[in-house]
Amino acid sequence: MSDIILTLVTFLPAAGAAAMMLMPRNDRILRAAALLLSLVTFGLSLYLPIAFQSGKPGFQFETNKLWIGQSIHYHLGADGISMWLVVLTTFLVPLSVLVSWKSIHDRVKEFFVLLLMLESAMIGVFLSLDMFLFYVFWEATLIPMALLIGMYGHERRIYAAVKFFLYTMVASVFMLAAIIWLYVHTQSFDYTVIREAIQSGRISTDALQWLFLGFFIAFAVKVPLFPLHTWLPDAHVEAPTAGSVLLAGVLLKMGTYGLLRFNVGLFPEQARQNAPWIVALAIVGIIYGALVALVQPNLKKLIAYSSVSHLGFVVLGIFTFTQAGTDGAVYQMLNHGVSTGALFMLAGMLYERKHTYEFREFGGLATPMPVYATFFLIAVLSSVGLPLMNGFVGEFLVLSGAFQNNMIYGILGTTGVIWGAAYLLWMYQKVFYGPIHHDENRSLQDINAREQISLWPVAVMALIMGVASPYWIRTIHPAVVANAGQSVKTAAITATASGHK
Amino acid sequence: MNPISATDYICILPELVLAAFGIIVMMVDPLLPPQASRKGLGILSFVGTLAAVAAAFVQIGHSGSSGWFDMVRVNSFSIFFHILVPAISAICILASLEYLDQQNIRSGEYYALILFGTIGMVLMSCAVELVLIFIALEISSISTYILAGYRRRVASGMESSLKYFLLGSFATAFFLYGVALMFGATGSTSISEIAKAISAKLDSGESMVLVYTATALMLTGLGFKIASAPFHIWTPDVYEGAPAPVVALMSTGPKAAAFAVLLRVLFGTGAVVASWQWLLWISAALSMTLGNFGALTQSNVKRMLAYSSIAHAGYLLVAFVAGREAGIAPAIFYTASYAAMNVGAFAVISHFAGAGERFVSLDDYAGLGRRFPFLAFALTIFMLSLIGIPLTGGFFAKYYVFSAALNSNFIWLTIIGVVNSAVAAYYYLRLIVVMYMREPVTSEPCEPASVTMRLALVLAIVFTIYLGVVPGRIMNFAQQGALDLDSRQRSGVIVTGLPATSDLATPAR
Repeated sequence: MSDIILTLVTFLPAAGAAAMMLMPRNDRILRAAALLLSLVTFGLSLYLPIAFQSGKPGFQFETNKLWIGQSIHYHLGADGISMWLVVLTTFLVPLSVLVSWKSIHDRVKEFFVLLLMLESAMIGVFLSLDMFLFYVFWEATLIPMALLIGMYGHERRIYAAVKFFLYTMVASVFMLAAIIWLYVHTQSFDYTVIREAIQSGRISTDALQWLFLGFFIAFAVKVPLFPLHTWLPDAHVEAPTAGSVLLAGVLLKMGTYGLLRFNVGLFPEQARQNAPWIVALAIVGIIYGALVALVQPNLKKLIAYSSVSHLGFVVLGIFTFTQAGTDGAVYQMLNHGVSTGALFMLAGMLYERKHTYEFREFGGLATPMPVYATFFLIAVLSSVGLPLMNGFVGEFLVLSGAFQNNMIYGILGTTGVIWGAAYLLWMYQKVFYGPIHHDENRSLQDINAREQISLWPVAVMALIMGVASPYWIRTIHPAVVANAGQSVKTAAITATASGHK
Repeated sequence: MNPISATDYICILPELVLAAFGIIVMMVDPLLPPQASRKGLGILSFVGTLAAVAAAFVQIGHSGSSGWFDMVRVNSFSIFFHILVPAISAICILASLEYLDQQNIRSGEYYALILFGTIGMVLMSCAVELVLIFIALEISSISTYILAGYRRRVASGMESSLKYFLLGSFATAFFLYGVALMFGATGSTSISEIAKAISAKLDSGESMVLVYTATALMLTGLGFKIASAPFHIWTPDVYEGAPAPVVALMSTGPKAAAFAVLLRVLFGTGAVVASWQWLLWISAALSMTLGNFGALTQSNVKRMLAYSSIAHAGYLLVAFVAGREAGIAPAIFYTASYAAMNVGAFAVISHFAGAGERFVSLDDYAGLGRRFPFLAFALTIFMLSLIGIPLTGGFFAKYYVFSAALNSNFIWLTIIGVVNSAVAAYYYLRLIVVMYMREPVTSEPCEPASVTMRLALVLAIVFTIYLGVVPGRIMNFAQQGALDLDSRQRSGVIVTGLPATSDLATPAR
């Protein structure tokens, strides 16, 4: 089981999508099939945390087969970081299917096929241990997402889709160049082999700096790091709800995951040398994102800019090089997936009722929609980082790491938390409190059973992850330590050893 | 002198098969009533191309043999193109069946010309004698000149044919002049003799001026055939006016063959020494840049793909720049992968164009995703492959080419190429965007694709995806072809240390 589980989790959605392509255009059956497939994938992915041996260093559940020629391998493996990101992905996809149940009524088949293909590609990104395979999956996420935005988005969808595609495509070409360069000089695409080769000091420092930048630009666009973030608000505002959920929930994490796994994991020296300006950009992103969010008149745009700010925390945590900071960064990736995913789902539900995201159309909605307001409050508080909610743990760890590293970083980062509370709570006030300005808002339908079903899991998870964080940190921490290089040698040896079994 | 044996005939078996079918088609055509559909003849020609592919497989058993007084040589290199080119023609014929009826063209010689043209193209890849190469080049060119003018009643069709003919014969004259000078310089027109003469010259330090002039002239002639800058100006006009299925053929088949000749002339003879690479370097960089930036502003889909084909010739030349050790196999692979996706793309375009080729502007493609899910899906795959997205043939083609260039330390050319592919993504993507994300502007009912068209597209898709998921086998074949081509390597000196491509030939670790 443990050597095929990753293949199963990765390709089940894609195989399902291929089967759905051949099915007749019966929307009900297609929806049900998509939900079933994504739930089964989620169920399968739960095998990972259950069977994961947290004491064991290196990658687990590995499969390593020759794919093309002599050096391109189909090499998958999970550690404490990637395992949780995979579970986050499989957790969010069924919810995305549920929120698209009614809102997608045209070209239903294409929608769910694209969604499931996207799921496969995203899981593949987190699990690939072969650089070539990683790049293939990385690019493969691009097309379904661009099509989801472009085909099912709002008015300016084409502009947003093309911008998203070109930004990511152009940036990832640099990563490809770096990967090929590494191959030419190490004769391998294997992550652990390349890592050892770099550690052995065979590659000049100048080259490593260029390679670091090649990877960095691809990931920084995806995160997105200030000033490369401008595609994000457009993509989010125009994307359909499910697209926004997966974009914010998973796709952005591909960027931070890449920074952690490749930029820090492969080039620890360069990462430390470049840390000052990267941290500076992260902090600018935190504050700038928060300030721009503060003045947004549009609900979805506000959440989008809040992502810029929150992802800034993750980057800050990674580049503090402290254990607390990096643990917190990984945990914050998961938190952000849950809480921002929830916010986008909620925004989508409101859009289905009002067909707008503008604040001036809302106000006093707590009266007609009490259940909705409660869920919204949970999501907002989780995003703000209220103690006992998940956001608190991540932000606390990141900021304590930042303070250990440099007092100034900590202080500036903390202001971001305050701004975050400000814009999110003001937003909540503008939407739900105060008098009802528009009479038609009095008769708004509260959320129905299907919508509640899609919200309960995120609300519960936000709470559990706030209270029981040690459960996650227990597996994340060793992976982070191994990635940072303290026990690189042992980790690499066991990884290759288990790869050749 | 040896008498002609059975081996001689096996060496040109695919050519013989194609000629037989072509002659049958020509003879049956006048017997049919003038207004009758020529579909039957088309299907006969299709069978002929398949038979040619089968004949090429038969040749595998005779790899390494040469015939006709050493004028043709069968090896992995020639067999590769003998499978590729008739396969391209087969797909073009499938796409033409529907097109000719749609355009109300009733003539069987159309198919015969495709078959005859194919003979020329395959002969180009197995000929190892410059005069025979020239004759093959002419056979293929004359057929395509006529085919390009098949839309006789349309001014742009006439323009296309005439332009192609005038510039094309000018270019072949250059080639012929090059052949003559090469003969003057080395005393032979046989590639292997030339290679010997040149290496003797290099060893003795004799003047190489005549050899260089000859090579430059041949390069000019072939540069026209592959539409590389600065010999590319004709391409958009000719592609725009020619019938779409013919463009599918002439943007892939003769090009693949011309690249085969170019490989043969440049690397088989050893005429190009390292100090010459800058010429190819400039041509590659120019082709990529002019092609892609030209395509950016086009609103006619055929013109856009014409510029795109110039750009792809540029990518291919990057492999040439990378040199004989690293570059030949990627170049061979690229021709195959480019053929698969481009033939497919033009097949879709020929269907969408409708009667009289009215719908060829970008705006006409709006909403096609909704109106023709299958055709739009097919075109999307081809566009993604042209962009170079992973899991399509186009990706591996670019990947191998740029690895070869990096491996030979052409960092700047690689950067130019990579930036170019990023720019190119924009215009290919635009077509996908228009098809899927815009609402249809015309409510005109367009007839659904015929079975043969669907078959053609499925073949092209399968090939494109196959090359993108498991490129190993084809790359191995290309690698073998590269070894067979290179006289120096064949003589026993296997050049070692070719990491980028040795990926497939030798274990890396």
